Amino acid sequence: MITVVVALPLLGFLIAGLFGKQIGVRASELVTTTFLMVSAVLSWVLFIQHALGSQPESVSLITNWFTVGAVKVDWALRVDALTAVMLVVVNTVSALVHLYSMGYMHEDPARPRFFAYLSLFTFAMLMLVTADNLVQMFFGWEGVGLASYLLIGFWYYKPSANAAAIKAFVVNRVGDFGFLLGIFTVFMITQSVSFETIFASAPGLANKSIHVFGHDFDAMTVACLLLFMGAMGKSAQFLLHTWLPDAMEGPTPVSALIHAATMVTAGVFMVARLSPLFEQAPIALAFVTIVGATTCFFAATIGCVQNDIKRVIAYSTCSQLGYMFVGLGVGGYGLGVFHLFTHAFFKALLFLCAGSVIHAMHHEQDMRHMGGLRTKIPVTFWTMLIGTCALVGFPLTSGYFSKDAIIEAAFASHRTGALYAYVLTTVAVGLTSFYSFRLTFMTFCGAPRWQATHGDDHAIATHDGHDAHASHDDHHAHALDPHESPKTMLVPLLVLSVGALFAGAAFSSHFIGESQAEFWKGAIFYGPDNHILHDMEEVPVVVKWIPMLLLAGGFLVACYGYLWRPSAPAAWARTAPGLYRFVLNKWYFDELYDVLFVKPAFWIGRVLWHRGDQGIIDRFGPDGVSASVVVVTRQAVKLQSGYIYHYAFAMLIGVTVFITWYLVGGVR
Amino acid sequence: MFGFGILTCLTFLPLVGVAFILCLRGDDEATWQNAKYAALITTLVEMLLSFYAWGHFDTASSAFQFVEERGWFGAGLVYKLGVDGMSFPFVVLTAFLMPFCILASWVSIKVRLKEYLIAFLVLETLMIGVFCSLDLVLFYLFFEGGLIPMFLIIGIWGGKRRIYASFKFFLYTLTGSLLMLLAIMAMYGVAGTTDITVLLKTHFPPGMQTWLWLAFFASFAVKMPMWPVHTWLPDAHVEAPTAGSVILAGIMLKMGGYGFLRFSLPMFPDASVYFAPLVFSLSIIAIIYTSLVALVQEDMKKLIAYSSVAHMGFVTMGLFSFTEQGIQGAVFQMVSHGIVSGALFLCVGVVYDRMHTRDIAAYGGLVNRMPRYAVAFMVFTMANVGLPGTSGFIGEFLTLLGTFQVNSWVALFATTGVILSAAYALYLYRRVVFGVLDKENLKTILDLSPRELVLLVPLVVLTIFYGVHPSPILDGSSASVAALVKSHEVAMAHPTNKLASAAKAAE
Repeated sequence: MITVVVALPLLGFLIAGLFGKQIGVRASELVTTTFLMVSAVLSWVLFIQHALGSQPESVSLITNWFTVGAVKVDWALRVDALTAVMLVVVNTVSALVHLYSMGYMHEDPARPRFFAYLSLFTFAMLMLVTADNLVQMFFGWEGVGLASYLLIGFWYYKPSANAAAIKAFVVNRVGDFGFLLGIFTVFMITQSVSFETIFASAPGLANKSIHVFGHDFDAMTVACLLLFMGAMGKSAQFLLHTWLPDAMEGPTPVSALIHAATMVTAGVFMVARLSPLFEQAPIALAFVTIVGATTCFFAATIGCVQNDIKRVIAYSTCSQLGYMFVGLGVGGYGLGVFHLFTHAFFKALLFLCAGSVIHAMHHEQDMRHMGGLRTKIPVTFWTMLIGTCALVGFPLTSGYFSKDAIIEAAFASHRTGALYAYVLTTVAVGLTSFYSFRLTFMTFCGAPRWQATHGDDHAIATHDGHDAHASHDDHHAHALDPHESPKTMLVPLLVLSVGALFAGAAFSSHFIGESQAEFWKGAIFYGPDNHILHDMEEVPVVVKWIPMLLLAGGFLVACYGYLWRPSAPAAWARTAPGLYRFVLNKWYFDELYDVLFVKPAFWIGRVLWHRGDQGIIDRFGPDGVSASVVVVTRQAVKLQSGYIYHYAFAMLIGVTVFITWYLVGGVR
Repeated sequence: MFGFGILTCLTFLPLVGVAFILCLRGDDEATWQNAKYAALITTLVEMLLSFYAWGHFDTASSAFQFVEERGWFGAGLVYKLGVDGMSFPFVVLTAFLMPFCILASWVSIKVRLKEYLIAFLVLETLMIGVFCSLDLVLFYLFFEGGLIPMFLIIGIWGGKRRIYASFKFFLYTLTGSLLMLLAIMAMYGVAGTTDITVLLKTHFPPGMQTWLWLAFFASFAVKMPMWPVHTWLPDAHVEAPTAGSVILAGIMLKMGGYGFLRFSLPMFPDASVYFAPLVFSLSIIAIIYTSLVALVQEDMKKLIAYSSVAHMGFVTMGLFSFTEQGIQGAVFQMVSHGIVSGALFLCVGVVYDRMHTRDIAAYGGLVNRMPRYAVAFMVFTMANVGLPGTSGFIGEFLTLLGTFQVNSWVALFATTGVILSAAYALYLYRRVVFGVLDKENLKTILDLSPRELVLLVPLVVLTIFYGVHPSPILDGSSASVAALVKSHEVAMAHPTNKLASAAKAAE
């Protein structure tokens, strides 16, 4: 069955990709979407069997990929509880996004290509989550990177989309650099890349050291830190996050599928999958915690001031991924995966709602040109409100179960960095609440701003130097009539709403509660001393209440600023202009990286080319040699003067030199 | 077969085509057509013959196969051919790429076509001879002989600066080769024979190994090409006609790697270990330096040429790791690079034939009118980047993995190539293929013709096939490489091995 689940998206990709022109647009859409629906249903069956049921893990070997000496890499599909969870997430969201795209993209002539890419992405993601060894995982890992690159750059005529696509790929490659080195390290320690062998030998490797990079390091720490670098790239964690907001250049369904629900969570999946390794590397785990907490806080601050509806959600994704890593870092691997699971529903929902808004507004993404849409697109409004509640962790929604559990675990944990993580994740709850409701109010409430001209723009506009959508301004010149989206788009919203509301309550006890051991069946490894899931139950009540207070606080501030006193945000910005600009410009990471890496790379390249290759190597190499041959020849020609006394004189000098040399040599 | 072996047949079959073309009289369109078909059929038969031989090649054995031997000049010089797992992949690769070169030249060559085809067929004979020779002198003849047709191809059918480029190419490669000739004479002095199979078993004293190694290195490093003797390559590629670039990148660069594999590593094991740090350093520099240079190129062919140097850096690094993964990875990388870089040059040739410029800035938005071309180019770009699932990944991964076990610093620096290659390759693709098609003269550009599809589709298929299922190549070389690594270990364990143990102690 798993083979079918994985093969169907590949087949869909091949059919739509190779024969899209021949079979037509409609057929391409239907084929890929139907295949994904079937895959999704089968995934739920697998989920019921392997996660909820008692079927043990199974590995179906397809064929050998390559074998060189001790390196043996197979194509194999592994299904256990963790994979089953991911299968459900990936295929459900992907199927819904396929369906949604039939409505969202209906004006685009290149739909066969779009659906082919979506299916290709799904296939690569499935290869990633069913991998039974590190190399196949890397295959999926890079495959989703390729699909992401293609989809971000789907509208290839937009320079910004092309730039974003390359940025996404290259930044991810920086992470992959670490991932590759991590694979090499693991191989060096265990002489294998297969999970079974690695996991079996992991317990014996604690505190063992290896000699790499000129020093002796703790083997597991090095391996895990390097592997985690890959996760940081893919999951857009602090320092390697810069590609994710730009990735919003892609069509919105893509953002929902790839840059919210599935691909960006691959890093979380990886750490959970490799929990037997990370469990032996406390220092690496501490690093995971700190990076996660930092991302969580920092992305939330940026989310508070962005005006592009998709970018707000993108930063929110970044921030939520930070939560997941905190969950993993404090040793609660199930917590991270649980938040991944719930987040996939509500964040995909939010993105698809944003897509519905953008669709209604004729590709307007700037919230300053929205407002008052509540009555125009009611279904979108209500579903988005559900998504928002789940995101902020409103009691009994799915986010409440998964996110608050992470905060409690951070409080309960005694690991390095846990306190830091606790403080930042808690603060981030308030920020999340603020930016989420700010988004809701700016989009759906207040007076409509979409017929207005620029004079009435929000005061923030004067500060915004980064309005990427200035080019869309011609839309506002004429009045538009926002309309509710077609059914193909609304059905996915409703389905995801159900998930956003109930996924937490329904699965909490399985993922992290009392029945977690039967649920995971060893797919996630907890060391004998790891009692985090137990400890987090015993935190003081006040720890549970603080997030609620911050949630309410963020909500009220958003109400004040965006419902009751619309002039307030501009005034806030004026009171701390430096801070405001700092946050608005995303902590200046793009500028910093441009100065640190991009410009120098081009500069060095140019210097090496002109000064190195042409200035030194060629000048003293071939050009120099040929030039000096010419010079010597000229000189030699001069020597042939034709006068006998010239030759005689030269002979005489020669003889003198020779005799002198002989005498001096002879004396000695 | 006909009283001589299949390798002789493979080596000299192209000359039959040459003879046929020589017999053609006249210089009109019809004669040209005949000449082209003669060349194409010859190379196709050659390709099929190599596949046939491949079918009979025993991959489980590390010994030389299809061996032929007959007396030649007497006095130790023999005509001896044979292949093993390290050379045979290159024979097949050469035979495979040749029909593509003929097809690529179908319409673009407008002067002296017959001579052009003859040059290519002679070149094929010489290149296959290099990989089949089991006699050092024979090897040297083929190795150096290959220079001449290539020199002519660049010098006669090349671009504007073809004379400069061809002389630069000649100067570099010849200098290296002369040193090798001296080394060959010295080796004859010690072993009393130039039979490679005997030389492989001869133990050269460590002191002598050092300078023999250096002499061979001078020649192979230029051929690879390794930094800093790489500057002939970009110029040669830029000026060469498309098919010339394909052969240059696809086969001629591999002669250097093959040379290391056949001579330097097994015959001078001590010196190889001693000089491994040097090779590592040069490889790292090549990978980082040329990748950065590739980033700023404005000429498509130059960019791909520089990326070739970077990829060859992985090969040299893998070879001198002395691990099975490293060496097998290097062999695979060479074969894969032969396919991928050849295909990339063909891709450049496709648009060059239409627009007569290689300037990146002259293009943009090609995907609008050339969707098929865009797909093919994307596949090769991704293979160039080393995306898993394409053949480019396997070689990079294995060489890095092998090297990491030996020297993690080297692998660390080399792995940055993974980032840089993504940057320059995608940047190129974006400038050429993506964007708006706003240049007036591009608005009528046509997508791939049937002939070009025949050229590129098999290469697309192979690139992906070997990415997903690399075993045909890996299995072919595994026995020979394993034997090489083993004999190397034995040589290192040799008690008289002062140099190597000193080097090891110094590490």
